[in-house]
Amino acid sequence: MPQLIKNAAVSDDAWTVVRDAAAVDALPAGPVIVPFGLWRTERAALLARGSVGVWLAPSDDPAAIADDAAQLPVIAVDFPQFTDGRGYSTGRLLRERFGYSGELRAIGDVHRDQLYYLSQCGFDAFALANGHPLDAALASLSDFADGYQLTNRRTPWFRRRGPNHAVVE
Amino acid sequence: MYRYDHFDRRIVAERVAQFRGQTQRFLAGTLSEDDFRPLRLQNGLYIQKYAPMLRIAIPYGMLSTTQLRALAHISRKYDRAYGHFTTRQNLQLNWPKLEDVPDILDELSRVEMHAIQTSGNCVRNITSDHFAGVAGDEVVDPRPYCELVRQWSTFHPEFAYLPRKFKIAITAATTDRAAILVHDIGLQIVKDDTGAIGFRVIVGGGLGRTPIIGHVIREFLPREEILNYLDAILRVYNRYGRRDNKFKARIKILVKERTPVVFARDVEAEWEHVKGGPATVPDAEIDRIAAHFPAPAYQSFAGDDAGYKSELADNRAFANWAKRNVHPHKVPGYAVVTLSLKKTGVPPGDVTSDQMDAIADLADHYTFGELRVSHEQNLIFADVRQCDLFALWTELRAQGVATPNIGLLTNIVCCPGGDFCSLANAKSIPIAEAIQQRFDDLDYLHDIGELDLNISGCMNACGHHHVGHIGILGVDKNGSEWYQVSIGGTQGGSAALGKVIGPSFAAREMPDVIARLIDTYLSHRHEDERFVDTVHRLGIDPFKERVYASTH
Repeated sequence: MPQLIKNAAVSDDAWTVVRDAAAVDALPAGPVIVPFGLWRTERAALLARGSVGVWLAPSDDPAAIADDAAQLPVIAVDFPQFTDGRGYSTGRLLRERFGYSGELRAIGDVHRDQLYYLSQCGFDAFALANGHPLDAALASLSDFADGYQLTNRRTPWFRRRGPNHAVVE
Repeated sequence: MYRYDHFDRRIVAERVAQFRGQTQRFLAGTLSEDDFRPLRLQNGLYIQKYAPMLRIAIPYGMLSTTQLRALAHISRKYDRAYGHFTTRQNLQLNWPKLEDVPDILDELSRVEMHAIQTSGNCVRNITSDHFAGVAGDEVVDPRPYCELVRQWSTFHPEFAYLPRKFKIAITAATTDRAAILVHDIGLQIVKDDTGAIGFRVIVGGGLGRTPIIGHVIREFLPREEILNYLDAILRVYNRYGRRDNKFKARIKILVKERTPVVFARDVEAEWEHVKGGPATVPDAEIDRIAAHFPAPAYQSFAGDDAGYKSELADNRAFANWAKRNVHPHKVPGYAVVTLSLKKTGVPPGDVTSDQMDAIADLADHYTFGELRVSHEQNLIFADVRQCDLFALWTELRAQGVATPNIGLLTNIVCCPGGDFCSLANAKSIPIAEAIQQRFDDLDYLHDIGELDLNISGCMNACGHHHVGHIGILGVDKNGSEWYQVSIGGTQGGSAALGKVIGPSFAAREMPDVIARLIDTYLSHRHEDERFVDTVHRLGIDPFKERVYASTH
């Protein structure tokens, strides 16, 4: 079975990402993550089938899936190239604005060197691009212990800084 | 200036460790060239024509003498004993070895420096007014706000892979010395009627291939909202900026295509969601950062120094230097001094390691152990006693950094050009040198008066040629190097883009072309009119006729 990083550990991946899907009947057996386009047209049939998640392209507006998010165990965001950073905003919007609390998975051209930033934007699952060893990649999740900004995982450092930290060492 | 605490120090150390790992994987062949490129760029490392180039960040141009000595040491140990100051107040090393870069970054981190986000499609070094804190015309010291924005931009997880690079400049002065109208975001710190501090927000300016003057999208943003508002602008840009064509990927194109009004509405709508949220900046945080920028221990003087005045009267060379390179200070008896890095025969902005050490010693002796880098590629001593100016001038002359040409034609702003840069169409340093040689007569130079000359080796416009009173752009014509000339550009609060005068010239023609532009100006100028004012009054035609009548 394929593997991924989930909740900061390597685990088996039961989900199949279906890149092109014309019809619900044509989907493979088992849990599937379908394109947002199919979800929009076949929402009822997909809910009836069950075991379904949705993946968003960088240009898909997360607002468009906000109302359905609570019913989806997995939402994936595709990174066609790792340098296409739109998915970082998609992740934060899903988590922070639309209250999505299920698995948020990065798929596509995902490398270990992006995991830390992705995790700060709300992603908790990472299906790395082919050939990237997962065990080594785990370490990159903690490239930084903390950061300055407000993110999905933390308030800005200036809100957490105690009085002792204000002193220059 | 700002000093790191344990948090700042740890985050930079973690970055060094991260980049060391990435470099090792690249050298071991487990990280491909394509995958490594964006990572190394976000650590300031380019692969240039002959060697890598490392761009070291100098946040808003502030440098301590400890840091300058570290740069001297690093450039001596890992490079060819010199560095190049850039128009974004950074320092570039032209000859480091790739495998040494993690060690260089480690050495930098020990003096609270780094090369974080000095390249790549992310938020770059924040730039500011090189007279910040000592200018008489500022509302407030902008540096605490620069530092606040620097921290916000450092490793912002959502905005590390933007459509294109992103440059922010901040000023608090009424005279804009930070070129805020030609940045992706320009912030002018202002006070409202009640005395509250806020920002005038300008978006979508820029030079490069499509030069555009920025648009004001908000006249007054309360200071506590600045990070929420920046998040909103960057989120709109990250989501909707063009990624299909790198030449149309800057925010200026998005602003233009949506129109500034619609873009502003999008930003305001995004801001509504985050306004007043956790990233709202408490006064205590601004106070904490501001405490890093106290006024130095100035001595109390009644007024201008009498000795300085008599030295000015007695020594013409000193007076010439003071006229161009010494600027007023808000504190009586003090002055601001520009060290010219534009000596004829030296590439503009270049400083040797030995000069760095010597300048650090002078800054410790004559000022408060700090200096600044200006976006015109010079160095600034912000706090010099007037009574020390003559002695300082003597020492600066010995170091070759007292050329009295600030604001004059030979204070050329110039990118590294085709001698170093793989993007360049043409060389820029030899053009600068040829022009400096042609105008080496100081009396003539002073008679010509204020003139900004900017040279870029390609349309990426690192030399800001669009806003030069005279702008020179290197172009490629069938594989050979040519130069296009524009006139009438200005920087600052009344920023304007220059107009191209006509077909481009060969390198050897350039000193004559400049001379003919100057002759035209001298024969038409009204009293006290600067070159650029004459251009604006007459238009480009008389200049054009003169230049082309004699060459063709």
